[in-house]
Amino acid sequence: MNRSNIYDSAACSSPILDEFSALIDYRDLVLQLIARSVKTRYKRSFLGVAWTMVNPLLTLLVLTIVFASIFRFPMKNYALFVLSGLLIWNFFAQSTSAAMNDLIWSGGLLSRIYMPKSAFTFAAIGTGLVNLILALIPYMLISLILGNPIQAAVLFLPIPILFTAMFALGIGLAVSAVAIYFPDVMPMYDVLLTAWMYLTPAIYPIDQVAENIQVILRLNPMYYYVEAFRTILYEGKVPSIEILLIGFLVGIVSLIFGWVVFNRRARDYAYRI
Amino acid sequence: MHTESESTMNTQTAYKPIISLENVSIRYRVPREKVVSIKEFAIRWLQRRLEYIDFWALNGVGFEVHRAEAFGIVGRNGAGKSTLLKVVARVLYPTIGRILVCGKVAPLLELGAGFHPELSGRENIFLYGTLLGYTHQEMDRCFDEIVAFAELSNFIDAPLRTYSTGMVARLGFSVATAHFADVLLVDEVLSVGDTAFQRKCIDRIEAFRQKGTTVLFVSHSMKKIKSLCQRAVWLSEGVIKAIGPAEAVADQYLAASNQPPVG
Repeated sequence: MNRSNIYDSAACSSPILDEFSALIDYRDLVLQLIARSVKTRYKRSFLGVAWTMVNPLLTLLVLTIVFASIFRFPMKNYALFVLSGLLIWNFFAQSTSAAMNDLIWSGGLLSRIYMPKSAFTFAAIGTGLVNLILALIPYMLISLILGNPIQAAVLFLPIPILFTAMFALGIGLAVSAVAIYFPDVMPMYDVLLTAWMYLTPAIYPIDQVAENIQVILRLNPMYYYVEAFRTILYEGKVPSIEILLIGFLVGIVSLIFGWVVFNRRARDYAYRI
Repeated sequence: MHTESESTMNTQTAYKPIISLENVSIRYRVPREKVVSIKEFAIRWLQRRLEYIDFWALNGVGFEVHRAEAFGIVGRNGAGKSTLLKVVARVLYPTIGRILVCGKVAPLLELGAGFHPELSGRENIFLYGTLLGYTHQEMDRCFDEIVAFAELSNFIDAPLRTYSTGMVARLGFSVATAHFADVLLVDEVLSVGDTAFQRKCIDRIEAFRQKGTTVLFVSHSMKKIKSLCQRAVWLSEGVIKAIGPAEAVADQYLAASNQPPVG
């Protein structure tokens, strides 16, 4: 055992710091939880893990056909535009939602075995990352077929993905903490996500909306992540330093905020679930 | 890894108890009326109409348990026995009071909570092991031993949903006791598998105790308490009713519960 074997409730200074070292000790649990989610999602199906790639793409394809035939934005490869925007949006939306659900539905475990509770949140975001990376493979294939091959700028792609993951972690931790006290937050959050998606220029270009609305849209943190991600993947360019900087700052603030909110009352969760 | 933790234990435990509870109280706070939505909560909070019913599952419990001791916990349903084990297992943080546990704790409660039915036995060993706080490497090292003890070598790659209840329980016990632990928490009789396997479980717990493991043992069977434990505590509605030699506490408890129920 690499961790200290003495547990003294009086010496547990602050749950906000204690949770951090506990999470490091339990890093293998996070990996196991990710493996569990990825493996079991399509376990009984014939295609298995391949569905992780096929499923989001089929969904996205439907959306693309619908949107491409309704809105006719003057741009080439609108399908890829929508697809790239939705890839990063879905990563955020699905992983934060999963973070909350995993924690609530694993409630039985929390009241039986000791473990750092944030492991579930980290695992949910980690699972989202795996799914995103798997979905990137067919995206790049489609991109090549449609004559918009990936550029060298793709080497920068991990940066916006990392920033988005930080932001998602923060939001995931915060909504999970609230959902433990108020389970109603779970369906509410799903509704909120739908509204949030339309307020994010994921399926439409921001310069297609009126100037005064653009100002409002720029207050939405997700704008910066979608923009940075898509600039690299769809336009094949390196995003502006301004976009990246805002993405980083918002990400780090969100992560700290979520961490504090989640762990401030983490000791009470076993009483609640 | 084991030797390391054992040697550090030896220096400490000559003087200190392994588990010590000082005035430990656990309060469950239940809203008088169920408030589930934020809106409702906000309104009530503003109106200062949030009322709670406090339920003290444990109330000022204090005792010490020493190295290599088998310590029984008896009491009626709802007396706080399981809550007490959860405090020792770090699941519940005391509302009031202090708990000190020196050493690695292995909970043998509701074995296999955390198993996933769609994953194979092999995958579940790693999942459950890491849930209990071991690293992947530590699980790797004792993997073969776990499978052998659970007698599941032929089924280890089949999904857990194809296992019988007994097989699942065997795997759970095997994973939970794969590593040496300073404290074992045993809830209820070990109703794991058939009689032969139960024998194996009790032998393993006994072997742990020979090496210095402390066992906290919850049971409704006074016969088991008397035969397995040196000391015991009797809990009633969250407070200690009696504590002392297992024989005496068990007799007191039996005498009290054999009296005709007076409401």
